[in-house]
Amino acid sequence: MTPDRTPDGTETAVRGAGRPSPTVLPVGEHGLLIELARAEDAEALHAELLRRAADGRLPAVREIVPAARTVFLDGLADPGALAVELPGWHLPPPAAGDRAAVEIPVHYDGPDLADVAALWGVSADEVVRRHSATAFRVAFCGFAPGFGYLTGLPEHLHVPRRENPRTRVPVGSVGLAGPYTGVYPRSSPGGWQLIGRTEAVLWDPRREPAALLAPGTPVRFVPQDAPVPAPRTTACEESAR
Amino acid sequence: MTDRALSVVRAGALTTVQDLGRPGHAHLGVPRSGALDGPAHRLANRLVGNPASAATLETTLTGCAVRLRGAATAAVTGAPCPVTVDGRPVPWGAPVHVPAGAVLEAGPATHGVRSYLAFAGGVGPEPVLGSRATDLLSGLGPDPLADGAGLPLGSPCGPPPAADVVPCAGPAAELVLPFLPGPRDAWFTAEGLRTLTDGRFRVSAASNRIGLRTEGPPLERARDGELPSEGMPLGALQVPPNGLPVLFLHDHPTTGGYPVAGVVPERFLAAAAQAAPGTPVRFVRLGRRPGAVAHPG
Repeated sequence: MTPDRTPDGTETAVRGAGRPSPTVLPVGEHGLLIELARAEDAEALHAELLRRAADGRLPAVREIVPAARTVFLDGLADPGALAVELPGWHLPPPAAGDRAAVEIPVHYDGPDLADVAALWGVSADEVVRRHSATAFRVAFCGFAPGFGYLTGLPEHLHVPRRENPRTRVPVGSVGLAGPYTGVYPRSSPGGWQLIGRTEAVLWDPRREPAALLAPGTPVRFVPQDAPVPAPRTTACEESAR
Repeated sequence: MTDRALSVVRAGALTTVQDLGRPGHAHLGVPRSGALDGPAHRLANRLVGNPASAATLETTLTGCAVRLRGAATAAVTGAPCPVTVDGRPVPWGAPVHVPAGAVLEAGPATHGVRSYLAFAGGVGPEPVLGSRATDLLSGLGPDPLADGAGLPLGSPCGPPPAADVVPCAGPAAELVLPFLPGPRDAWFTAEGLRTLTDGRFRVSAASNRIGLRTEGPPLERARDGELPSEGMPLGALQVPPNGLPVLFLHDHPTTGGYPVAGVVPERFLAAAAQAAPGTPVRFVRLGRRPGAVAHPG
């Protein structure tokens, strides 16, 4: 066992009066994985890390990777020092409305729209109304460059992945899985429930910034009426292997 | 038209452009990428007077051959292989002069997997997010080399290199991978963790730039299911449901939901880049300095 584990392998974390302290796990020689009790706590820690990095109050770090319940830091010269200090940080909740939302136009005509409507117990039109009324935020990115995991749907609207993943999901597809909404930045295999399509370019390495969505970005989906043309082939897709 | 260019005569099994990769973008889902055998990449650059950041060609098992439009100094390092210029043998691991129009060939690796071809001035396709590396997971950077394709070369930036020769290491009888436990070693039973250090593993033929896969006894899990997605480090020993550890190499996904039993420090990964399928693998647990990462209370 490492010194930071109890003999039965569970992590020791001090629990304060309010929110539980984060659990800090070592990752190799230069990394820390900080695990939090709730997704919103992970977002709050990520926001605090970015604030401290911007103010020069964070030691040099190569990567700051937020995910569902964790933030991973890599490339730290002295991870031990930060591991001791970090659980004592005050984490203000992620601020809502301090940045303009990225608006993503969507044609809500996806092949799984009816299935999602059935899972939600509402009409297809009501799926569109609820989804486009939701204030989303990019919790984290992954899977492919430019793919953001967007949170914001209440728990009773979470849906499972498709039982049979598609071998090819078209670029720009808007899908739901678990607590997340996402937009496929390029054509790829995928198991999310597809409710629509967008022509927004999620990822363009020749653009600055390359990613339309980064962790923390607020997002709204805007319904479009006109039929969408066939998806364009992007440079990303051509080079996808 | 510039004569700073090469054309691909024989692309080989898989030859890609590599440099030091694109760190700092993992939060956008962009893998680090870059040369799998970092020391060999740096050495090849040094032999031709390039900075370490210059791009080289990384071959896989079968080497490659390129024709240089203009004369250039080149060097081949990494996996030892026969090197020729227009069919005449020249030294491996040393700067060689390649005349205009001549073909430089790195033959099949005599042992090891990946050879590195450096050219004075560096291989020069347009950088993407600050790097020319081919990333096979996300498709960033130039395509893998194809027969007949062309690539620009940069201009030599330094004085001609001093003569230098590199000792050639013999084949490794086994791949030793030291690792630090965690962050998710608690997802495995004590027996499962013993399997990792005591079991007889081999490099699987399904290995690639994304990960070195292993064949051997599966690690027993203490918990079922998957983790919520979390950040994945270079060198992670990720254990998918089949129980066989996968060592994450430079094109690894930046997040994942399978538990990571341990992490191999970066300085040991060059050996993994040169371990051919079938090579025995031994995982050696490193001690963590006491208090290196301490919890409050």
